[in-house]
Amino acid sequence: MILAAMASDAHPLAGCKGCCGASANEIDVSERPLPAMTDTETRAATWHEIVLAMLKANDVRLVVYVPDRVLTPLIKAAHEDPFFTTFVCTREEEALGILTGAWMGGMRGAVLMQTSGFGTIPNALASLVVPSQVPALIFVSERGTLGEFNLGQAMVYKAMRPVLDALGIEYHTITRMDELGFIVDRSIKQAVATQAPATFILSPLLTGGKVFGA
Amino acid sequence: MALAQTGAVGAHNAKVMNRFDLTKRVTEKLAREEAVIGGIGNSNFDLWASGQRPQNFYMLGSMGLAIPIALGVAIAQPQRHVIALEGDGSLLMQLGCLATVGMLKPANLTIVVWDNGIYQITGSQPSASGASADLVAIARGAGIANSAWAADEDDFDRLVAAALIGGPSLIAARIDDKPGVATTDRDPVQIRERFMRGLGVRGNPST
Repeated sequence: MILAAMASDAHPLAGCKGCCGASANEIDVSERPLPAMTDTETRAATWHEIVLAMLKANDVRLVVYVPDRVLTPLIKAAHEDPFFTTFVCTREEEALGILTGAWMGGMRGAVLMQTSGFGTIPNALASLVVPSQVPALIFVSERGTLGEFNLGQAMVYKAMRPVLDALGIEYHTITRMDELGFIVDRSIKQAVATQAPATFILSPLLTGGKVFGA
Repeated sequence: MALAQTGAVGAHNAKVMNRFDLTKRVTEKLAREEAVIGGIGNSNFDLWASGQRPQNFYMLGSMGLAIPIALGVAIAQPQRHVIALEGDGSLLMQLGCLATVGMLKPANLTIVVWDNGIYQITGSQPSASGASADLVAIARGAGIANSAWAADEDDFDRLVAAALIGGPSLIAARIDDKPGVATTDRDPVQIRERFMRGLGVRGNPST
């Protein structure tokens, strides 16, 4: 699948005016089939397409995840793109260990998880990622707010930002499509340059969230 | 010397060996700048004592993550062999990582498990592997077919040599309750930076 904007100006982000710094040379779209389009059939990029485009633009090749319903299209697209090494692991702290090893071996990586998964990683953050200065990229599908039906998720939601603050970890809550690419792109660059982890909290306002009663 | 308990049926005849001696037997076989990840506590203390290779990483916290860290290195550098040294208590904390290794089957990964059936560093409380859990059987069940107990030192040497040719492999050794023979300098940034230089990821800062 290709972003509609790429067909016209070879830019990964629809509506981006150079904010992300990516060029056609940095994102190889040559092997992707172009969808049949007329001038009136262009569409905006989805949130998960933008996330993957920004990972790719920043040479983040490793994607490790513990599954989540909301993240499903992102996980599926990462699996289907041979640029990424994508696999499931059994616990979120295991993923942080894998990302740490990969970073030390010269490979940038991201972990995908849901809010409850964040509740399992404070020790791995505090005793490995933060003191070792590892730019782990942590994407959290935000549960526990804006219509949550599971109190267990809601409690971790309440604890997540205080934990990140206590550990001094940079995080952004992403609610808007027009800010997504900029936040992810710039934060990856900062994480690598400053050798510090970054957390991206993907709000239901961005992803649609998980709906009760589905 | 107190004999280690083992709950592993497959290891009941295995000789009780010494972690520092076996750690040296591992590092002495490394001729191609293989990476070694020392798990929390005595596993990395004895790795530190065996000689501070630039390709050694010493884990100071994050109990249970030596194998995931080694897996990450193995994925990033498929041409380099990577060895994780992990204790029984640590592995029991993160058994799921064996399933991930069994699923991915990285040919350049070796896992060495030191099993003395106790949480030695916290006061020698008994671990489940001392009572009933067979870590080799668990690894096989997780998909790491090439998993074995080392019967004695010679067998350990042979298993390590075979593992370095192709993996993934898991080698479990019954060990005694002697503490690590040195203590790692606890500077995580220096450890990480030196390891990255040892892996060729970082240039020498003076150049």
